[in-house]
Amino acid sequence: MIRVILPAHLRTLGRAGSEVILEVKKSTIGGLLDALEEQYPMLQGAIRDHVTLQRRPFVRYFACEEDLSHEPADTALPGAVVSGTEPFLIVGAIAGGSF
Amino acid sequence: MSKVRVLVGTRKGAFVLTSDGKREKWDVSGPHFAGWEMYHLKGSPVDPNRLYASQSSGWFGQQIQRSNDGGTTWEPMGNKFVYDGIPGTHQWYDGTPHPWEFKRVWHLEPSLSDPDTVYAGVEDAAMFRSTDGARTWEELSGLRGHGTGPHWAPGAGGMCLHTILIDPSNHQRMYIAISAAGAFRTDDAGKTWRPINHGLRSEHIPDPDAEIGHCVHRIAMHASRPEVLFMQKHWDVMRSEDAGDNWREVSGNLPTDFGFVIDVHAHEPETIYVVPIKSDSQHFPLEGKLSVYRSRTGGNEWEALTKGLPQKDCYVNVLRDAMAVDSLDKCGVYFGTTGGQVYASADAGDSWAPIVHDLPAVLSVEVQTLS
Repeated sequence: MIRVILPAHLRTLGRAGSEVILEVKKSTIGGLLDALEEQYPMLQGAIRDHVTLQRRPFVRYFACEEDLSHEPADTALPGAVVSGTEPFLIVGAIAGGSF
Repeated sequence: MSKVRVLVGTRKGAFVLTSDGKREKWDVSGPHFAGWEMYHLKGSPVDPNRLYASQSSGWFGQQIQRSNDGGTTWEPMGNKFVYDGIPGTHQWYDGTPHPWEFKRVWHLEPSLSDPDTVYAGVEDAAMFRSTDGARTWEELSGLRGHGTGPHWAPGAGGMCLHTILIDPSNHQRMYIAISAAGAFRTDDAGKTWRPINHGLRSEHIPDPDAEIGHCVHRIAMHASRPEVLFMQKHWDVMRSEDAGDNWREVSGNLPTDFGFVIDVHAHEPETIYVVPIKSDSQHFPLEGKLSVYRSRTGGNEWEALTKGLPQKDCYVNVLRDAMAVDSLDKCGVYFGTTGGQVYASADAGDSWAPIVHDLPAVLSVEVQTLS
C-alpha cells in the first residue's frame, strides 16, 4: 500500500481526497505513476506527457524529504514509501506567480 | 421566454452569466475550475446544454471539460493531443527551426450539425477534431502539411490557432486563423487547406504581402452571407467578398486599426464591431477611453460607441476571443476585458453596462441565446 499526496488542482480534477492509496505492480517512480493514472485516468497527461512520459516541467516528486523529480522513472521508491510509512508527494513547483 | 447564457473564460476560472431576454438582471455562477486558465468555452448549436471547455495550467497542462446540462456539472474528457506523424519544425522567434510542441487549446468550435463533433484550435498551431464528444482527438494534419508549415512563426502570444469558422451553408468549408501565419481555408472538411491572405499587408514581415506570416487576430462572418468575411489583423481591419480569396482594407476612419476582436451583428450582416487598441506595444484603449466602434456599412465608416463605457483612466485590453453577440431582437453585444469586466449592450451597442466587473482577466466570451 502506497500513499500519494496530490496537489489541490489534481485532487479536484481527479475527484480524489488529499491522500490517495495505491497498489502498485512495480515499486518504482514510473510504476507508482502508472498505478495512479490507472486508478485516476483523468490525471493522464497532467503529471507527465502522454507519449514521452516525461514529467511536466512544473511538477515535482518529493519523498522522505528528498527531491526525486530528476530521477529516472525506473528508480526504486524509498523503502518508507513502499511500506506506507511515508507518503509520496506530487507537488506543483513554485512558479513565481506567472501561472 | 428567451434566455441568454454568457460563457466567460478567465485566467483563473470560468463563469456562467445568465439572464432573461431583457438582459437587465444577471445571475453569476462560478468560478468553475477555480485557479485554472479557461481559454475558451462554447456550446453546441445543436444541443445548447452541451458545452465544451478548454482548461489549462502551467503546472498540469491541458484538460478538456464537457457539460451536458448547460454548465451545472462538468466531466473531464480526453486531453491527448498528439500531432499526426512526425510533426517536424516551424520557425522559432530567432528564425531557427523549432520542433512542433503541443501547449494548449485556444479555441473549441462545436459542429453545426452533430453535438459530439467538436474542433480544437491549438498551440503550436494545428487543428484537431473529435467525433466522440471530446473523448478522443485526431489531428487534421493537412493544415500543417500543406507546405508552408515549416515557415510559420509564433507571435508574442505563441503560435496559436485561435479562430475556427464553419460555413453554415456548406459544412465542408471552414476557415481558420493562426498568429502569425495568417488565414487558411478548407473546402473538403479539413483534408486539404490553402492560405487565403491575398490583399493583406503586414510591415512586420520581410515581404509585407507574402502568402503567409500575417498576424491575423480574428475573423468573423454572418451566417446569411458566409462568403463575406471580416478580419481584425494585428494592424488593419479587412474585408473579403469571396471567401477569403481577396481582402481589402476597411479601417476607414477608425482612430487606430490595431485590435483583437471583431464580430458581426446577428441580424444585420453589414454591421460590424471592433474595439480599437492603441498599438501593438500599448495594449490599451486610446487616451484611456474604452470604446467599441460600429460600422453599419461593412467597414470604412465607423462610429464610436461609448455610452456606459469608462471614458477616463481605462487601460484594459480586449483579447481576440472575448467578444460575442446574441441573436435576440435587439441584438446583444458582449465583450470582456483583461481588467475582469464583462460589458453587455442590449441595444446593438448604443449603450453598455457591466454584467460583472471584478473577474480575473477575461480570455473569452461566448453567448448562447436560449428559447
